Amino acid sequence: MRYYSYFPGCSAEATASPLGLSVPPVAKELDMDLIELEDWNCCGSSPYGSVDKLEATCMAARNLALAEKRGFDLVTPCSSCYITLDGADSHLKEYPALRDQVNQALAAGNLDYHGGVRVRHLAEVLYSDVTPDVIGAKVSKSLKGLKVASYYGCQLVRPAVGFDDPESPRSLDELVASLGADVVSWQLKARCCGGSLVMSEQDLALELINKLLRNAQENGAQCLVTPCPLCQINLDAYQSQVNSKFKTNYNLPVLFLTQLIGVALGIKPNALGLQRNIVSPMKVLAPYL
Amino acid sequence: MTNTIVKAPAAEVSFIDEVCSIPGGEAIRSCIQCGMCTGSCPTASRWDYTPRQVIAMVRGELRDELLSSNSMWFCASCYTCTVRCPRDIKPTDIMHALEIIAIRDGLSTKRSRTPVMYKCFVDSAKGNGRVYELGMMLKLFLQTNPFAALKMAPVGLSLLLHKRMPLRPSRIKGRGELKAILDKARALGGAK
Repeated sequence: MRYYSYFPGCSAEATASPLGLSVPPVAKELDMDLIELEDWNCCGSSPYGSVDKLEATCMAARNLALAEKRGFDLVTPCSSCYITLDGADSHLKEYPALRDQVNQALAAGNLDYHGGVRVRHLAEVLYSDVTPDVIGAKVSKSLKGLKVASYYGCQLVRPAVGFDDPESPRSLDELVASLGADVVSWQLKARCCGGSLVMSEQDLALELINKLLRNAQENGAQCLVTPCPLCQINLDAYQSQVNSKFKTNYNLPVLFLTQLIGVALGIKPNALGLQRNIVSPMKVLAPYL
Repeated sequence: MTNTIVKAPAAEVSFIDEVCSIPGGEAIRSCIQCGMCTGSCPTASRWDYTPRQVIAMVRGELRDELLSSNSMWFCASCYTCTVRCPRDIKPTDIMHALEIIAIRDGLSTKRSRTPVMYKCFVDSAKGNGRVYELGMMLKLFLQTNPFAALKMAPVGLSLLLHKRMPLRPSRIKGRGELKAILDKARALGGAK
């Protein structure tokens, strides 16, 4: 059994609830004990870091301080939480003046942080700690014949963090292959979906989403898989908007990584939140359920 | 809005020093204007000034012209420029730094809804300790363009029907502690 502190992130409770639902049963099957960080708060995400740097770092640091008391690696399934918490940790190590101010602020909440937490993305933990080989050995329903396009998005692999290539990553492809599925080769697998700009600059984001869906479809994908809540929502919940704006006809399910792994491990669809995907994956997954 | 990391603009502090004082902003002086950032940016066609021009404008002290533009607000934080920059400048971090200064100085443009969206996000995260997406989006539309809410309604409705849009916010227990931490951060900013 491997032990981790678990940071679900705000969206896993709401707009990305299929992610929040599918992580625990998959972790259990893979002998991971994800212990939810008690009373975690919003990581701050990129919007806070674009409004006030010190306050944003304090938001992240409260979580780091809570996790430091526990002593395990802090694992999050959200790419934005990952980059925010990891970035705050790096800045606190690199900039002593910032660290002093943050610790003075944390003291007002009876906390302090000494830089002892390793922040990790769940996808990286599945790839590096659990490994595709071990996952493959636990597969009870091979996804043979299912053509899957792995969509990395941005903040899992950039800025360079080392576990995968920032321009041409392979980790998700290897995880998908370990499930028996056919890995679709496509060019835009690590390009941007527009992120949160879908709320403020929808036309721009819909253009980017259209390019991604087109590229995945043209390369034969039956579905996409991503670990990132924001990417999943943009490609799934906005797919009908793309269809009406660009007169397209996409019907591409977008699964969370843990949903796809869960299907191959034989976990029931309900426990994986498959009914909560906007573009229903039930038809393409039918042979495997 | 106070901020300790971004130093308050004094007559003797140049724009470039102000940007350099922000974590991640230091390397801006190494820019060779090669344009890799602009060529890599998925949204550059929408920017008043492209990422390469933004960096040139910081170095050229074109402060108000740049800060009141829509440029940095189109940065989607994809970090493609950051991994490709041959001079190890971190353009993404620089864009975030410029956003902070623009908001603090009241220069953020009204031609992008992104500054208001970010502020709605921050208010939500601060108040509840967690982001309440529905509340935040309603606030954004009320403050910018209520008609845009109509365009968004089908997306919101499908999220609701798929149990992905809770009608009540999630709140942390330690809201008092979080508020004390953020108040202290603000006080530290004010002292500078």
